[in-house]
Amino acid sequence: MGRYCIKRILSAIPLLLAISFFIFMYIHLIPGDPARMQAGMDATAEEVEVIREQLGLNKPLLTQYVDYMKGLFTGDLGNSLKNGATVWDTIIPRFKPTIMLTICSIIWATIVGVALGIISAVCRGKAMDYIGMLIAISGISVPSFWLGLMLIQWFSVGLGWLPTSGLDSWKSYILPSLTLGAGTMAILARFTRSSMLESMREDYVRTARAKGLGEFFVIMRHAFKNSLIQVVTVTGLQIGGLLSGSVLVETVFSIPGLGRLLVDSINYRDYKVVQALLLFFAVEYIVVNLIVDLLYGVLNPKVRYD
Amino acid sequence: MAEKLLEVKNLRTEFKREKSTVTAVNDVSFSIDKGEVLGLVGESGCGKSVTSLSIMGLLLDTSGKVTNGEVLLDGQDLLKLSKKEMRSIRGRKMSMIFQNPMSSLNPCMRVERQITEAILLHNKFSKEQAHKRAYDVLKSVGIPDPDTTLRSYPHQLSGGMSQRVMIAMALSCEPDLMIADEPTTALDVTIQAQILELMLQIKEERNSGILLITHDLGVVAEMCSRVIVMYAGRIVEEAPVKELFADPIHPYTNGLIASVPKIGSGVKKLPAIPGSVPDLSVMPKGCKFAPRCKYATEKCRQEEPKLQYLPGSTTRKIRCHVFNRAKEGGEQA
Amino acid sequence: MADKEIKTTSAGGSYEAEELPKAQSKVKEFVKKFLRRKTAVIALVFVVLMILVAIFGPYIAPYDPAAPDYTAMLQGPSAAHWWGTDEFGRDVFSRLLVGTRLSLSVALASVIIGTVIGTVLGLLAGYYGGIIESIVMRGSDILFSFPDILLAIAVVAIIGPGVVNIVIAVAVFTVPSVARLARSATLTVKESLYIEVARSLGCKDWRILWVHIFPGTLQSLIVNFTMRIGTAILAAASLSFLGFGANVTEPEWGAMLSQSRNYMTTAPHLVLFPGLLIFLTVLAFNLLGDGLRDTLDPKMK
Repeated sequence: MGRYCIKRILSAIPLLLAISFFIFMYIHLIPGDPARMQAGMDATAEEVEVIREQLGLNKPLLTQYVDYMKGLFTGDLGNSLKNGATVWDTIIPRFKPTIMLTICSIIWATIVGVALGIISAVCRGKAMDYIGMLIAISGISVPSFWLGLMLIQWFSVGLGWLPTSGLDSWKSYILPSLTLGAGTMAILARFTRSSMLESMREDYVRTARAKGLGEFFVIMRHAFKNSLIQVVTVTGLQIGGLLSGSVLVETVFSIPGLGRLLVDSINYRDYKVVQALLLFFAVEYIVVNLIVDLLYGVLNPKVRYD
Repeated sequence: MAEKLLEVKNLRTEFKREKSTVTAVNDVSFSIDKGEVLGLVGESGCGKSVTSLSIMGLLLDTSGKVTNGEVLLDGQDLLKLSKKEMRSIRGRKMSMIFQNPMSSLNPCMRVERQITEAILLHNKFSKEQAHKRAYDVLKSVGIPDPDTTLRSYPHQLSGGMSQRVMIAMALSCEPDLMIADEPTTALDVTIQAQILELMLQIKEERNSGILLITHDLGVVAEMCSRVIVMYAGRIVEEAPVKELFADPIHPYTNGLIASVPKIGSGVKKLPAIPGSVPDLSVMPKGCKFAPRCKYATEKCRQEEPKLQYLPGSTTRKIRCHVFNRAKEGGEQA
Repeated sequence: MADKEIKTTSAGGSYEAEELPKAQSKVKEFVKKFLRRKTAVIALVFVVLMILVAIFGPYIAPYDPAAPDYTAMLQGPSAAHWWGTDEFGRDVFSRLLVGTRLSLSVALASVIIGTVIGTVLGLLAGYYGGIIESIVMRGSDILFSFPDILLAIAVVAIIGPGVVNIVIAVAVFTVPSVARLARSATLTVKESLYIEVARSLGCKDWRILWVHIFPGTLQSLIVNFTMRIGTAILAAASLSFLGFGANVTEPEWGAMLSQSRNYMTTAPHLVLFPGLLIFLTVLAFNLLGDGLRDTLDPKMK
């Protein structure tokens, strides 16, 4: 088990380095002169030079990279071009809404998705199964921004139950979480169903029935417990996706989170902030996947005891 | 006269396919006494396992359904019981040992939990009592260090150990009837002998009945007192084990026994039965074995024979129109 | 019925009557099996309908999609304007009909580009292994570290907004998953006996790859392709909605939604119809993909 963990953690390091390198290269991949693009076509040469200096683009590439890596380890991510504040100060207040939104979404999506998957698997081929899977495939197919807009239309504008935008109270989280979690719920429902269908065919499920165990316990204790390992894995992978899915949802609901900041920064060509956000999302995804892998080891007795 | 433990009468099990129904088991009747081991042999796909699952009421996760017949356990018709009543019998009065011990144990649960699960379900035991029972029953199936085994996960056990655990699980509530579906097929030969020995010992100690399903005639010869031979969902022959091996009558049984290699017989080529088991959805009209039988007559092809006592015998039954000729032919060969 | 008779004879021990299955009957059987899946057939009909609309949309649209009509702004659905009008009085129905071409071609182009590149990379990686495989797989690991649509957003952040750039962005976002799929399919096929035979006969590598391995991977690639179109439509619409895609004057589905939000409270139909169309189209492609998968490979269900 210890070896498994160490191996997994070590294997993530080259990937993290490669990612950080690619994100460093981001400014250099932009066609044309990034400083000129930022300053605008009617800016004077001096103004462009100032921005070039702010971005550090006047130094040799290698020096830039060394500075960038140093910055990553010392926490100095540079300054925002928009208002000169440090990137950290720009990003930090944006964390809370995005994290909250992700947590709320993942909770409801997991509960509903897994339940829907189990029910569909148990009622395989019956009406419940078709309804469940229709809900699931709709969840995968629906554009989240449109779903958000429709929810606003029904619950905020039409019924007046919930706020349309902003983050004034816990109520403000309901519609965004519903929107953000819909796809995840759908993916989990489909995955849980197929995983359950598989484990319900296993010999040990028949053994459990042969013991005289009631159907509920056969399903939950034997079939589902074995699917759970895979379900946890997929759920974990979804968390990584949800954080970046917040880009759309935060735009729809005007929530001042990381996703919204990314869109604004791309539009403003605030390269340093974009760079930091891309790095954050990618690293977060890798780390979440790593944690999921480790969790898989904990849950699966075959890995735990070898 | 021994007491009848299990009596199966005219059992018929059908499977629904997309458009048609397929009869996997038809008109199967037999009985098991207390303290008796009844062998059920036949090729794969002949309906052996379906018969056992029908008795256990475990067809529910398939598309199969028992459509006719009675299954009497101690005189009680299991097919008439509600799901709940059936559950209280399953695992308590009759239990089952499956073919693949490794996959029949839940990989995510410790052995202890898997054994005590059945014990706690059918007895008003405390956890300590259940643990004690699990320990005892593992000890009784010849596991040297039950405490370690109880703490293990299935993947940490060998095949033989897993099957011992399965047997222990089946024994944990002291059932009257055990159904063993190919219990040794997945095991090494040396382990096979140990497991079979263990099952015989259990039978002696508890006077329970065992239905032993196998395609291995060697296992049958060693274990059983009586044998029924199945072909294409029907019983074709029933006989005490010694008589069956000494004097097989049905052409199919004949073929089965002839195809087992014997040491020192000097035969270079084993006689195999030509052809293969018919597809259940396109059964021949008359005797199901007729297309593969060298004695088959027009009558065999047109009219299905009934299972009846061999003239002059009260222990042997046969389903064949031409057993007289087959017998002569068999003796000539 | 015919194949049942064959089985009867084989049960009798003779195999003379057994015929070699013809390639044609394989296609027939596939069609027969596929037609049994009603939802998939309905999805296929819808997809075909959308493709027809994409081709003929501009000719059948009742109004000029770009012509403003300041006497009929933000009107709800009516007999004259089935799906209402937008803030310039343009007919929403006509705009959607015409926009289908743009939206579908963006999705189709990006998936084709992404699938071709991904397939080639995956085939090479799976067939040659070694350093090529390492580069391709590590490369897709890196791309995979940007979950979901973020990769497309990152690409747009580099190359800037615009329809062509969206095609590139969504294509890049398609490549890694196709590459992985093609590689694993190649690995499976590569192990089969007939590849060994072909190699022992002295076939050239590219010939083995193209003639023998590629067709073996085709099944899973087709299913993936269908599903990916749905994903691509969503991704492209999302990017346009965020303002990274089509110009707001163009009748692209996502861009239309992006504009309409501002009038949502007064003219909800402006949001309803474009979104509904995206939703139904993506749903159709996904259902079709599901149906194809279940027909081609019932094991996966």
